[in-house]
Amino acid sequence: MSTLEIKDLHVSIDTEQGTKEILKGVSLTIRTGETHAIMGPNGSGKSTLASTIAGHPRYKVTGGTITLDGEDVLAMSVDERARAGLFLAMQYPVEVPGVTMTNFLRTAKTAIDGQAPALRTWTKDVKAAMQQLRIDADFAQRNVNEGFSGGEKKRVEILQLELFKPKFAVLDETDSGLDVDALKIVSEGVNRAHAEGNMGTMLITHYTRILRYIKPEFVHVFVDGQIVEEGGPELADRLEEEGYDRYATGAGAATIAAAAAAAQA
Amino acid sequence: MTAEITTEKARIGAPSIAGFTEEGEGLVSAKVDHSHNHGVTVMASRAERLTSFNVADFALPTGREEEWRFSPVRGLANLLSDTATELDPEPATAFTVEAPEGYVRGTLAPGAAPRGTVLTPADRAAVVASANVDEALHLVIPAEAEPAEPLRILVHGAGAGRRSNAHFVIEAGANSRSVVIVEHTGAADHNGNLEVIVGEGAKLTVISVQLWEDDAKHLGQHDAEVGKDAVYKHIAVSLGGSIVRLNSNVRFSGEGAEAELLGLYFADAGQHLEHRSFVDHNVANCKSNVLYKGALQGKNAHTVWVGDVLIQKQALGTDSYEKNQNLVLTDGCRADSVPNLEIETGLIEGAGHASSTGRFDDEHLFYLMARGIPEEVARRLVVRGFLNEIIQQIKVAALEERLTEAVERELAATEN
Repeated sequence: MSTLEIKDLHVSIDTEQGTKEILKGVSLTIRTGETHAIMGPNGSGKSTLASTIAGHPRYKVTGGTITLDGEDVLAMSVDERARAGLFLAMQYPVEVPGVTMTNFLRTAKTAIDGQAPALRTWTKDVKAAMQQLRIDADFAQRNVNEGFSGGEKKRVEILQLELFKPKFAVLDETDSGLDVDALKIVSEGVNRAHAEGNMGTMLITHYTRILRYIKPEFVHVFVDGQIVEEGGPELADRLEEEGYDRYATGAGAATIAAAAAAAQA
Repeated sequence: MTAEITTEKARIGAPSIAGFTEEGEGLVSAKVDHSHNHGVTVMASRAERLTSFNVADFALPTGREEEWRFSPVRGLANLLSDTATELDPEPATAFTVEAPEGYVRGTLAPGAAPRGTVLTPADRAAVVASANVDEALHLVIPAEAEPAEPLRILVHGAGAGRRSNAHFVIEAGANSRSVVIVEHTGAADHNGNLEVIVGEGAKLTVISVQLWEDDAKHLGQHDAEVGKDAVYKHIAVSLGGSIVRLNSNVRFSGEGAEAELLGLYFADAGQHLEHRSFVDHNVANCKSNVLYKGALQGKNAHTVWVGDVLIQKQALGTDSYEKNQNLVLTDGCRADSVPNLEIETGLIEGAGHASSTGRFDDEHLFYLMARGIPEEVARRLVVRGFLNEIIQQIKVAALEERLTEAVERELAATEN
């Protein structure tokens, strides 16, 4: 059993207009076996939370803590975080020239496990995982994400999730840009990884449709860099019907305060 | 605010080396540094380029000429002067030839055929080399021969700044199969001409390896004529030297011939590595492929690739392609890349060109590190993968291994 604990996290970025605070005090605890959905409108800071957990250099943590089983995640370099068991399925996976998928997957697996995987079983595992995600075998010889469609890139992210077996997976809008079939395939992959029982999942999404396939126990509503409401799966259903309008700033300020208070209670 | 965040996301996630997949003239013209064209008369066709055995026909370049505009001519004065090879206290360069018995056919004086039948000097460096070499090495691979080991010409420079001229003539007999490695080590101010005749049906690979020390300078013209149904491959590998500028040119003497001009270079801080290729499709139904790949790192690392392809009116059925790709590893580098394609007939199989210069940037690094891969391993992974496309074309295991190691050493130098 592992715990990923985020406490009062404040994060800023440098923009041309100066420093801008994106996360304004986020607290969240995820344990092995749990699935948490983070939902919110565009620009609410969901992806910033994901990238900050992974250690993207663009995001400056100005306050708060992130710990993994008590270890200070913020003190770790990006690769150390991955080796400690954190995995970020990226919203926009990067194309890496000159590196084949095969070479990349083996190098990463070796780094994460601290030893090279046994060649025979590894090749079989990769093949099987690719098949389950309906990834063509010839992708293995192509360069990482190079020329892949949006949907293919997302499937390859989940392929890595299944092969690397992290303690915590952060899925940053993995559902965006996927058609229904691809969404199902990707969700099945996440569910398979989850079913092994050694992973906690943070599912970041704008839309509720992925929640038809991946069932969260906890739903957190993110608005303007803060969690404004928390609840069970029923909260997602409510969002589906009502959208994020009721969290709009201005007229809804009182509602937000009330919701936040309710969430903390 | 929403708009702003959207932009931010696009910046983080967007494939920042989109250029890697782009092809065509739009991109190329965007990358050409037009400001360097001032005061330069651009010739109408590559075919009009002056060639001559007479030193007086080539003025000393000022750096404003089209073919010298990327080169640091101020640092080349010694190589461009009409000067003989330094012989005291020992020759500026030592030559060792490893070849089966009988392959070395002595030497050729200027004007003694086949010397001068394929290579006519096309610039000042080549003409002074030609004029100052009285005895050119003449290497002949007999018809039908298939030597088991690659032939080697080792050129070792005795010291920086010492002037050296060389001219080698290689003839691959009909239907022979062979590999010739010309390897440059040590340091010198070296002008090296290489003249290659590929006989009918022959298959010849020439690999010119520049593993010079840091203070070496090297200018070279490598010309080949490829016979009917013959296959010629020229691979330039430039890792060492302070200034290296090689011209790899090819034309055909019979139909059904193929030429492949490949190159790999890795420029460090202050290094100037320049490669120019020219495929002259003067005969119908020939095929050519040009691919040069380079990596750059460090302040004022400068690479140049200029690839000319001319498809003459009579060259019906030509199939040609040329591409240059550069990978920029750090700030402060400059990669010039200029593909030029001239087509005088429309009745061809294909003619394409592409050029891209991409950056190994923080986003690539982040992606690989987010998968647990340490920074230096990530960097090595990318560069090795990128350059491997050329290295694996060498097909001489021992040399491939040495070059892989040499590339690793270059990379190790980035990390300090």
